[in-house]
Amino acid sequence: MTTASPSSSPIDVLATAEAWAAAGRPLALATVIETWGSAPRPVGSHLVIDADGNFEGSVSGGCVEGAVVSEAAEVIADGKPRVLSFGVADETAWRVGLSCGGRIRVMVERIG
Amino acid sequence: MDIALLQRLNGLRRARKAGVVVTRVSDASNRLVAEGDGLDGDPLRVEIASAFRSGKSGVVVHDTEEYFLTAHLPPPRIVAIGAVHITQALIPIAAVADFDLIVVDPRTAFATPERFAGCRLFAEWPEDVLPGLGLDPHTAVAAVTHDPKIDDFALRHALERGCFYVGALGSRKTHAKRRERLIGAGVPEADIEAIRAPIGMDIGASTPAEIAVAVMAEIIEAYRRRPIDVTGTPR
Repeated sequence: MTTASPSSSPIDVLATAEAWAAAGRPLALATVIETWGSAPRPVGSHLVIDADGNFEGSVSGGCVEGAVVSEAAEVIADGKPRVLSFGVADETAWRVGLSCGGRIRVMVERIG
Repeated sequence: MDIALLQRLNGLRRARKAGVVVTRVSDASNRLVAEGDGLDGDPLRVEIASAFRSGKSGVVVHDTEEYFLTAHLPPPRIVAIGAVHITQALIPIAAVADFDLIVVDPRTAFATPERFAGCRLFAEWPEDVLPGLGLDPHTAVAAVTHDPKIDDFALRHALERGCFYVGALGSRKTHAKRRERLIGAGVPEADIEAIRAPIGMDIGASTPAEIAVAVMAEIIEAYRRRPIDVTGTPR
């Protein structure tokens, strides 16, 4: 007898990445490596992206996924990893705890 | 990240083994340290051991170089032997503390789905169920039936499997008798010392719910303070 999914989230991003890679799809993996303030997704959160811009997972709950996905296309194309920084300067947003009032650093690397 | 590393990592996760991916931020070169791998001579052994213990991912700096450590720990579990009142109270407490709860009790009058909605329940003997559950160093076992016929096998099995917490309900007198039985069954004395008895942190708990809180507190303490040896294996 085995236990259920090793991940507590309903979508296991790393399992998805492995399945997509096995299907021969060129991929990039984005990972939240640092956060400051009220970042919406914790350090270690993953987003997997394919060359067509399909993605699974999240690094910010929707705030910066678009930028990460477009950067991922270049990472897939040239194989060079990138570290992206995102922040919202709006102090009011931060103070009231809006989810996008924090700053995050995201590493994007190619899989394969 | 190469695909072989990703496959190896997912294999560890499926097998409920801990792993830490070490990624150099400057060029995204990765390596995977699995539970049980030697950390001797690893320049990041302190940081990696800490990631194994806390389960927290983060950036560390070594020799002016940044490394990102991604910690993958299996979700901790509690296996409760005994479908008793204390165990019912433990269901919501374990859930909010993010522990999976599995309940085993062969007494079908106790182990009813009505009393144990919201957790996995086995109305069977521990000898029949536990070997298939794959108890491991990320599992706690709390034996709360008071009945040696039900509890003793579970305690022995939990100790053999290296569970991070093994607790048993019963007074000091009850535990003294239990000690004698386990010694008679060939369990090493040092292992018996590791059994938390009487079960639960000493907060003067008297009701079943309070005892459940005390047990949960003791399990959390054992989990957060568990020794991690230099190989990354909880022991």
